[in-house]
Amino acid sequence: MPSIRQDVSADFLPDFRNLGVLARVLVGVNALVLAAVVLPSSNASLAADRFLYSATLVEPLLIAALLALAALSSVLARLPYWPGCAAVLAIVLALTAAMHAVLAGALGEAATDLARPLALSALATALMLAYFRLLVRAYSPALAEARLQALQSRIRPHFLFNSLNAVLSLVRRDPRRAERALEDLADLFRTLMGDARRFVRLADEIALLERYAGIEQLRLGERLRITWELDAAPSDALLPPLVLQPLLENAVYHGVEPGTGSADVLVRIERRGDRVRALIENPITEEVGHRAGNHMALENIRERLALFFDAEARIRTSSEGGRFRVEIEMPYRVDARKAA
Amino acid sequence: MSALKVFIADDETPARERLKELLGDIAVQVPTEVAGEARNGLEALEAVPRSGARVLLLDIQMPGMGGLEVARHLAALEQAPTVVFITAHDRHAVEAFELNALDYLLKPVRAERLAAALRRAALAPAAGREQLARAAQGAREYLSITERSRIVLVPVRDIVFLRAEQKYVTLRTREREHLVEEALIALEKEFAERFVRIHRNCLVARAAIRGFERTGEGEDAGWHVLLDGVPEHLPVSRRQWPMLRELAADK
Repeated sequence: MPSIRQDVSADFLPDFRNLGVLARVLVGVNALVLAAVVLPSSNASLAADRFLYSATLVEPLLIAALLALAALSSVLARLPYWPGCAAVLAIVLALTAAMHAVLAGALGEAATDLARPLALSALATALMLAYFRLLVRAYSPALAEARLQALQSRIRPHFLFNSLNAVLSLVRRDPRRAERALEDLADLFRTLMGDARRFVRLADEIALLERYAGIEQLRLGERLRITWELDAAPSDALLPPLVLQPLLENAVYHGVEPGTGSADVLVRIERRGDRVRALIENPITEEVGHRAGNHMALENIRERLALFFDAEARIRTSSEGGRFRVEIEMPYRVDARKAA
Repeated sequence: MSALKVFIADDETPARERLKELLGDIAVQVPTEVAGEARNGLEALEAVPRSGARVLLLDIQMPGMGGLEVARHLAALEQAPTVVFITAHDRHAVEAFELNALDYLLKPVRAERLAAALRRAALAPAAGREQLARAAQGAREYLSITERSRIVLVPVRDIVFLRAEQKYVTLRTREREHLVEEALIALEKEFAERFVRIHRNCLVARAAIRGFERTGEGEDAGWHVLLDGVPEHLPVSRRQWPMLRELAADK
């Protein structure tokens, strides 16, 4: 399975092209500067002046460093974690030294000590890297949970046993169809039990959707009508696994099974510029008995999207005109090694 | 031994096919005849009474109406079939079945289990309404009136009030009245969220209360409930009035 190595049990560097990461760095470094000038000072207006002065020095360096890191991000992503950190530090320190030389030359300032800015840059860089490491760790339980859920609630026992029952009914009448259904089930389970921490290609996730739909079709027959709008789906886009299949499963469970007639489900996946959008829509049915909504699945998808794409991914639900919609929007990313 | 008439109710076509195959497999041990099939709970209620089925193989998770409610309505029939519940996976239901000695099978069903269940069902009487009510979780969606071999369903949400009259309870919808053979106290308990007691013999739908009016003079003075969609003004007992007054204030 082609995937970027995103093994979270080990640490990994943040994606320096991600807007969320960039925003965190900007805010974080400026907060550090503010703390550094305000804390030792008792005079507020003096502190403000010093902050502005520091900012004129720090901001160009910060932006230069972020640009450099963004430009080199695909190289950095391929390094193991600690050498990656060392590379980030080296880049920042080299830029600091360069800035120092430029300023010293241009402003004709008395040749100040180079050691102080280098130490401050190193400190800020180390703090930010430590912060991102903590952030990843904080999200890690969501991943562990994703696997657990895959085995527990994510595979609804109801789905498993009814599917097996449907396959059994085929064994005598249509052995070939039964074989295909078992192969589909095997593929589905392989993914469900697989590693939730790796990116997969959209084409693979779509194949999974189709396998899953095949099994449901077997059970539900003409009650389930799925319209696929996949012509504009970028098959090479990368996304966390099992982001779309649980949504289709929800659509069938809440939108098709409780109804006596046939129900239309829409699956639309498309690329719009540098964004990938997925929409899954099902009719709202009046549910009989206790069918607890699977907010767990939605919550888990939300968390994993946040981990993989930070602030750049979005998941939205809405109800309108008797239809329930889930929309996911995420950045269009491809495997850097393949694209190169 | 004559063939046992079996009715099959499951919303999934492959599941019904599978049961029929299994019935064929065990025909030597337990001769059976399929008396009918239904794809959802409402279809089952319509078809089972006139099918003459002795045993009903009933999936509990079906659209329209779940198996447990189907069984509760059928239980009022004079010749109610014995129900064998079938579930893919519902731990709560299975616990309730065990607790109330109701027979059930798990999907995928095995031939030998099915044979054993059918043999038991052929001998056992149908489960009673109380037994089923205890096993069911939550309130029914419908009340039913059993005619000779027909079950008339009235959606609970259409009921404006329920009034006890001797042996029966009169059920009033906007359109008409029905008589149901159930105890008012049991109905009050089952539908506590939907109905409120206004009098020893009367429950009204909370949502249908339009207001209260005071009538009469002196000793005879009392409050009446005005309801949406029906002309009746129902008397409120003195005992219930303080509670209803609060309810009215909340509205």
